[in-house]
Amino acid sequence: MNNETQTKVGPPLWLLAELTYDCPLHCPYCSNPTELGDTKDELNTEQWLDVLTQARAMGAVQLGFSGGEPLLRKDLEKMVKHARELGFYTNLITSGIGLTEKRIAKLKVAGLDHIQISFQGADPEMNDIIAGRGNAFEQKFKMAQSVKAQGYPMVLNFVISKQNISQVADIMRLSCQLNADYVELATAQYYGWAYDNRDHLLPSQQQLIDAEAIVNEFREKQQGKGPQFIFVTPDYFEDRPKACMNGWGSTFLTIAPDGSALPCHSAKMLPLKFPNVKDKSVSDIWQQDFSFNRFRGDSWMPQPCQSCDEKEKDFGGCRCQAFMMTGDMDKTDPVCSKSPDHHLIQEAIERAKNPTSPLLERVNKRSIKDADIVQIKL
Amino acid sequence: MINQSVPPNLNAMFRLQWEQAQECFVLLFPEGMVKLNGSAGEIMQLVDGKNKIVDIISILHKKFPEAGDLTDDVHEFLIAAYEKKWLYYE
Repeated sequence: MNNETQTKVGPPLWLLAELTYDCPLHCPYCSNPTELGDTKDELNTEQWLDVLTQARAMGAVQLGFSGGEPLLRKDLEKMVKHARELGFYTNLITSGIGLTEKRIAKLKVAGLDHIQISFQGADPEMNDIIAGRGNAFEQKFKMAQSVKAQGYPMVLNFVISKQNISQVADIMRLSCQLNADYVELATAQYYGWAYDNRDHLLPSQQQLIDAEAIVNEFREKQQGKGPQFIFVTPDYFEDRPKACMNGWGSTFLTIAPDGSALPCHSAKMLPLKFPNVKDKSVSDIWQQDFSFNRFRGDSWMPQPCQSCDEKEKDFGGCRCQAFMMTGDMDKTDPVCSKSPDHHLIQEAIERAKNPTSPLLERVNKRSIKDADIVQIKL
Repeated sequence: MINQSVPPNLNAMFRLQWEQAQECFVLLFPEGMVKLNGSAGEIMQLVDGKNKIVDIISILHKKFPEAGDLTDDVHEFLIAAYEKKWLYYE
């Protein structure tokens, strides 16, 4: 049966604009590619504004400004203004390093809807060790307060790993102290730097069970008041994979700093040629490009996915994860207990109990000194 | 539980917007979106901090005379929307 004359693909509702891979922090859980590329290849302002216009015309409505650290782009306010005028709901996904009260205000005037600040721990000691930068916690704390004070919805993102999972209760208390509206307790996913550091990051099953119990207990005590906590656990301990990106090329569109258009932020690792917005229209990319069509529908699926009655639920899982672990991007995500490669997950869990290689700190092409950030302070 | 004379307000965390590409109203919030079906969109449009519940019902009756008595449907929806924190009452 020919699947190609199927229904036209829906709109890319979510656009992730990765403005740069440059970042002042060195988090070992970073999902950016370990080959960070060159800032001279980054899209310029005009190119980004055009991408936003095109994507919005296609129906994109949620927009994330991310990276690396998006605050390192001096043209961020211009992009925010343009996005808001187009009708996007705009989210700034930031470490908070480089934020000032003045910039928070400027962004609000430009029309920014929401600022999400990441934290790496519940206290300066843990936070700054993971982030690899002194005074990071202090800065984030101050800026989180300012974000709230200036009337934004206040969203915090704590990346959870073996390194800080013992702090879950304190993290939740900190979130209450900051009066956060939403808090993501997001166990790191293993892409990019995080994949190389996985043995140091993957918590044990017991740690996750304990953390989940703490989260649930805390939620009960809240009785509907205070921050809304979302706890995301690693799929390594599930027996069915996640419906990655809601299905390849179905909802999410990522534009990397150099203009590469991707169905997800880690897809560049795959043996596929991805298009670039410098050469092709967003519409052409989303609807026609071979790489975007490659895993749409189910005709590409191998067994056991092809005959599985859950294939429309999880689409066979994550292509990047299948590739990283089995070397074959078509294979069933090894997380699935039906996958003939499921043992690879179990082996990874074992290895994480005793890491043998050292933790890799995310290394930028250039070290970002305080002076670089001060220049961008407005 | 429903006070007919207090106007509901949209929770400031949400933005209501018509999306042509999806042909429906949506509620937008940090990194999230709720698609509203036809009647949900019609009701949420009228949640402006000024329209009391009776006003909402009467406006909808005028707009959709063929729909009959909408009172129960509107009440049911507003209760659900309140539970989801999409709206609040002063």
